[in-house]
Amino acid sequence: MNNVLQAVVDAASVGGIYALMALGIGLIFGIVRLVNFAHGEFVMVGGYAVLLLAGAPTVAVIAATLIVVVVLALGVERIAFRPLRGAAMPTLLVGSFAVSYFIQHVVMMSYGGNTVGVDFMPKLSESIEFGGVSVPALQLVAIVVTVLLLAGLAYFLKATLFGIEMRAAAEDLRMARLLGVPTNLIIALAFAISGLLAAVVAVVYVAQIGVLTPRMGVQPALIGFVATVVGGMGSLLGAVVGGFLIGTITVVLQIILPLELRDFRDAFLFGSLFLILLVRPQGLIVVRAARERV
Amino acid sequence: MAGSAPASAWLQRAWTPVILIALLLAAVLLASAGPGSLQRTVIDALIKLIVVAGLYLFIGNTGVISFGHTAFMAIGAYMSAWLTMTPALKRIRFSDLPDVVATAQLPVLVAAPISATAAALVALVIGFPLMRLSGISASIGTFAMLAVVIAVYGNWSGLTGGKSSLIGVPVETDLWVALVWASVAIIIAWAFQRSKAGLLLRGSREDLVAARASGVDVHRLRLVAFVISAFVVGLGGHAQAHFLGILTVNAFFLDITFVTIGMLVIGGMNSLTGAVVGVIVVSALLDVLRRAESGVSLGVFDIPSLPGLSQVVLAIAMLLILVLRPAGLMGDREVGFPRRR
Repeated sequence: MNNVLQAVVDAASVGGIYALMALGIGLIFGIVRLVNFAHGEFVMVGGYAVLLLAGAPTVAVIAATLIVVVVLALGVERIAFRPLRGAAMPTLLVGSFAVSYFIQHVVMMSYGGNTVGVDFMPKLSESIEFGGVSVPALQLVAIVVTVLLLAGLAYFLKATLFGIEMRAAAEDLRMARLLGVPTNLIIALAFAISGLLAAVVAVVYVAQIGVLTPRMGVQPALIGFVATVVGGMGSLLGAVVGGFLIGTITVVLQIILPLELRDFRDAFLFGSLFLILLVRPQGLIVVRAARERV
Repeated sequence: MAGSAPASAWLQRAWTPVILIALLLAAVLLASAGPGSLQRTVIDALIKLIVVAGLYLFIGNTGVISFGHTAFMAIGAYMSAWLTMTPALKRIRFSDLPDVVATAQLPVLVAAPISATAAALVALVIGFPLMRLSGISASIGTFAMLAVVIAVYGNWSGLTGGKSSLIGVPVETDLWVALVWASVAIIIAWAFQRSKAGLLLRGSREDLVAARASGVDVHRLRLVAFVISAFVVGLGGHAQAHFLGILTVNAFFLDITFVTIGMLVIGGMNSLTGAVVGVIVVSALLDVLRRAESGVSLGVFDIPSLPGLSQVVLAIAMLLILVLRPAGLMGDREVGFPRRR
């Protein structure tokens, strides 16, 4: 029983982080049809921001990291993605791949390609006992932060003017513009939110793994991409569902795989996702806007 | 296909591969008289050309970007290493290799088609679910496929030597061998593009809905292109394995993916000529940058060494091309002689 509870907590904390990654990617994709490869680099830069500020009060480090990543996301949108807006799908894909590679190697030029250790919020790796289960405090923090962010974002999208305009832009960008939605502002806002989500992931992720490399964003970004595909491209709910699904499968595989196969966990993970896509090529949640219009 | 008009048009188009291969031949002849470092650069560029031609065969015809084709390069390279290394070495390095392979040693030339076919078979299995996805989901899927192949090869020490590099692959790829395989890649890519499947796919690339409505089985044709392109890229992996004689799993991950896609995008992903031009331009650019990276002395000024500079410049070049000239240097055009009226 305790093992089951432990697994549920694991799945919720891992899945929550994946859901936040997928949401940051899905938000941008929904509006500008851009698969943002650089989202992983937003996380990576957030990690290096934590390293740079290490020693300052924790609140200051977190606040500064959020600002750095949001500014980076806004800058990338303005400099690289706005000139590409409306371009063909392959152009957008390769463009964001180039941006991602660019950021990786700028960081590599400044910090080198080797792993750097960073000890951030070490107290959070201590465990808390409750109900006979011992849970690292960080996992609880991850779950609480995920829930708060998801609730906040849902409120923003459903109940505020900007949020409604953002959904309108995601439904049909040109129509929204014709009806007076300030699309440049809305798109910039979407990038800012996406950057904010990436920064939160960066803070939790760095506290979890404690090491940085210029390539550290690639794996979480890949998981985020796959989560949006499995959930259904263009659906934010799908992105969240996909993220939690991948988190759950990861934790289950970690438990059921024999030790000698554990190195191949990701192969089993993606293999099982391929099976899901074999049955539902459009993803779990199919939105109308994702279908090609004639 | 009756009548002489289509046949003469076909011959007219045949000039494209002939001119491209002649261009490569000229480069090889020049390099063979040059210093060893130049020869190595040209061989490396020719191997990249094999991969880019394979990548072009898929991306150019289907319009679906693949971030995963270097996985087929890895599969081809390791398969070729398993087949051609001496049994004594294999017994030490690859404890998990089946006995049939572990005790045999094939000539490098025989290993080439087998290695490429292995890559094509993997593409067939993975491509079947993957090609059913919409273009953009398929692109993400190819990236996931690459990550899986790298993870499996990087962790399966008994088959690949794991994270450490594998030494002792017979060195056979010289200028002429690389030229032959690059020419084969160009001919395969050109033949596919001129085939019925290639033309139908190009139609679906321009208008997917119209192609489907006209009865084109896009899923099946994309799968065909995926498998043939994996064969060509696997051939590139084979050539790579026998070029340096050293293999590392991570050498087939992000850097080579980025460079080959960059070559294709800069040259123009809708034309075979563009693929070749992209390889030439980017190889030349990278060669200059690599020299600059190790530090240059310009009289009074010393530019310090800057590892990572070449990747940063390549990324900027790619973005500039995408913004200013989205169809790449060549656009849709192929080299050829003007048609006689």
